[in-house]
Amino acid sequence: MAILNCENLSFAYDGRTVLEDVNFSLNAGDYLCVVGENGSGKSTLIKGLLGLKAPRSGSITFGEGLKSTEIGYLPQQTQLQRDFPASVWEVVLSGCLNGLDRRLMYNKADRERARMNMERMGIEDIRDKSYQELSGGQQQRVLLARALCATKKLLLLDEPVTGLDPIATGEMYNLIKLVNLCDNITVIMVSHDIHEAVRYATRILHLGHRQLFCGSSAEYKESDLARRFLGGNRI
Amino acid sequence: MSEFLNMFSYHFMQRALVVGVLVSLCAALLGVSLVLKRYSMIGDGLSHVGFGALAIASAFNLAPLAVAVPVVVIAAVLLLRLSRSSKLNGDAAIAMISSSALAIGVITVSLTSGMNTEVSSYMFGSVLSLSRSDAVLSVILSVAVLALFILFYPRIFAVTFDETFSRATGTKTEVYNTLLAVLTAVTVVLGMRMMGALLISSLIIFPALSAMRVCKSFKGVVLCAALISVICFVAGVTVSYFLETPTGASVVVTDLIAYCVFSLLGTKK
Repeated sequence: MAILNCENLSFAYDGRTVLEDVNFSLNAGDYLCVVGENGSGKSTLIKGLLGLKAPRSGSITFGEGLKSTEIGYLPQQTQLQRDFPASVWEVVLSGCLNGLDRRLMYNKADRERARMNMERMGIEDIRDKSYQELSGGQQQRVLLARALCATKKLLLLDEPVTGLDPIATGEMYNLIKLVNLCDNITVIMVSHDIHEAVRYATRILHLGHRQLFCGSSAEYKESDLARRFLGGNRI
Repeated sequence: MSEFLNMFSYHFMQRALVVGVLVSLCAALLGVSLVLKRYSMIGDGLSHVGFGALAIASAFNLAPLAVAVPVVVIAAVLLLRLSRSSKLNGDAAIAMISSSALAIGVITVSLTSGMNTEVSSYMFGSVLSLSRSDAVLSVILSVAVLALFILFYPRIFAVTFDETFSRATGTKTEVYNTLLAVLTAVTVVLGMRMMGALLISSLIIFPALSAMRVCKSFKGVVLCAALISVICFVAGVTVSYFLETPTGASVVVTDLIAYCVFSLLGTKK
């Protein structure tokens, strides 16, 4: 059964359509990479999936008991956050927010979940460090741990490796793949880096104001679209 | 020392200290969130609206707090809406509302009583301005502000740190932004009688900024700001009592000194 199904989805800002004809579905355990040029509608699709922007038409349905508030989201970082005084622990724990429901404070189970996800990301030793003093790669791992606290099924990553050095980028991709394989968490990742995208993802969604391609990454590699997008070079 | 104790024998000083400490606590806690969310100017804008409301209340012989609290709360919600709308620039909207409210207040004053000591105390603050019933109401409201802040602390942190993430995971961020604005409005009104409309916003901003110089976790900043705020308030009031300087200004200068000290400590690290 599909964990996510988008049908005839379209989005508009002030009556101007920015994205249309989006039709795809994902199964549990899929790793989908959303590619396309700047302004092709990638971020709009993300906002739609998170319920932050209502579609103009079409529908988004979640399966397997997933709710739109149970998506582990890793947003693009803002300058504001980079110098925010917060410890690693505080940031990761705030991922348990959607589990609070009517409770006011985090309980033991929430704290255990935060601790476990820090362990998974290998950041327990910097638990009490300040978020603003971390390297870019460490900050992304903290945000990934927070995203994992918010979900058991679906991760949504918006340009997770932007601004990272090559080593941190590789580590980040490996961590994401690990979570995808070991915990069977479905991953949707928006990326500029198409070469890495086809290497790690199992499925590709190519947007350009509309859905240009959706299929397995093996098929995508063979498509004319990929060749054009890469400037004539085969991957 | 005996002179110091003597200071507490006056009823008005006891009231001022109790209310002042509570309001300083509220201001410091909210200030951390406001400064980090880049909402500092809301405190300033609200204090001017508060001045307008107090001027009108005194012109019509109404209870000052009973008029000012609801008016400023409404203004806070309005300012928050305005600062979000894309048509009007947020800080421009705040500047517009705050100077308009100040102008209306000044006109009301000049048409009725004229610039008397009461009006001057609204602008620059006075420890003498607090009546017994005002003090009781202030204590109740500031305890309520503190309680709400503590109860919603995990959510306030999440909304301050990353609003998009919080919204995506189903938190009604609008509710908590409004809560912050309303609590700030109440704190501003309670504090402005003593601190003065022109100086109250420093009570919100200074402790948070000082604390951020040395503390690196959110909890640390909140606790440190609360402590700085209370200590500076008591120190400022004591100085103003002995040197006979205006209360609000003395507290602000103490806060400024604290900020300089913390900045030095921060750079040494």
